[in-house]
Amino acid sequence: MAKKVTIYSTPTCPFCIRTKQFLKENNIKFEEIDVSLDEAKAEEMIKKSGQMGVPVVDIDGEIIVGFDKDRLKETLGL
Amino acid sequence: MMYDLIIIGAGPAGITASVYAARKRLNFLVITKDIGGQTAWSGDIENYTGYQFITGSDLTAKFEEHMRRYNVELKENEDVIEVEKRGDTVYVKTTKAKYKTKTAIIASGKTSRELGVPGEKEFKNKGLTYCATCDAPLFLGKVVAVIGGGNSGLDATLQLIKIAKHIYLINITPKLTGDPIMQEKVMESSLVTVLNDTKVTAVVGDKMVNGIKIKKQGQDEKELLNVQGIFVEIGLMPNSQLAKGIEKNQWGEIKVDSYNRTNIPGIFAAGDVTDVPEKQIVIAAGEGSKAALGVFRYLNQLK
Repeated sequence: MAKKVTIYSTPTCPFCIRTKQFLKENNIKFEEIDVSLDEAKAEEMIKKSGQMGVPVVDIDGEIIVGFDKDRLKETLGL
Repeated sequence: MMYDLIIIGAGPAGITASVYAARKRLNFLVITKDIGGQTAWSGDIENYTGYQFITGSDLTAKFEEHMRRYNVELKENEDVIEVEKRGDTVYVKTTKAKYKTKTAIIASGKTSRELGVPGEKEFKNKGLTYCATCDAPLFLGKVVAVIGGGNSGLDATLQLIKIAKHIYLINITPKLTGDPIMQEKVMESSLVTVLNDTKVTAVVGDKMVNGIKIKKQGQDEKELLNVQGIFVEIGLMPNSQLAKGIEKNQWGEIKVDSYNRTNIPGIFAAGDVTDVPEKQIVIAAGEGSKAALGVFRYLNQLK
């Protein structure tokens, strides 16, 4: 079964855009949460990752902070 | 394994150098922390020839695509710690491995300057950030501090006016130094308190930032401001610590001649890490191409 991928991002953050590009290029379906519009989700992101930097990617509960290509590949099995 | 060339960095300078090196069929390697360097962090770009408008992310993607077209050997997420020439060999030491090469191009660029105060490292990304463009939206309705009265500090302040509840703009010099038009906008806002002649002495917090300690010039007592966010915008510093025995100017930028040669034969440098005036994407790209052609010429003379 495909892993559940959620990305917490802001519209202006360059590495959020790069992360989303990377996921799209690899045909990974993901849910996108714009934390600038949703305060509760922003809190959720901070709680999950223990920090406030975007992007945060949640892959079946594994949390990846920033555009970390190596860890994304490894976690998604690419 | 002895390479002809190792390129350190994959911003506009390093990537352009790699394209030229590939076309000259050099046996080379690119080692870099990330792709795009500062270009990846840029918002809108309207002065890179050929593109009337392109975002930093899109231009970075174009750069990467161009480099990958040549099957370049690329080590990503790898930090170079030291570049040193001993005898005829240049040794490149990274966080993961050691490499040998005949020549090197240092194109390691610049990164955000740090405050160098207690608490800064501990609270990085825990309320303290160097990228207002990225993280400002997370501080909706919060009290924040922006450090730096230059253009990037004013730019961060203007972004935050639409988001934060209150902004302390902390500036070490007697007056703001950014463009007057931006200063006027900042002064017009009732949400901003400008604190000139003021130094940051510490960042404090629990799990996340909850305050910043400041000290006014000529006064002894420190003041604690309760803030939940800190935006550090005090300029950039060259990533030149890795260059051993290589001449730098007073700002730590690597000195190069008009052929991108450093004082060490076989070690070249290009882009924002060098003392070449004007830091621009188009200039870094041009310098990268010059450096690669310089390396090609140098290698031919060795034979």
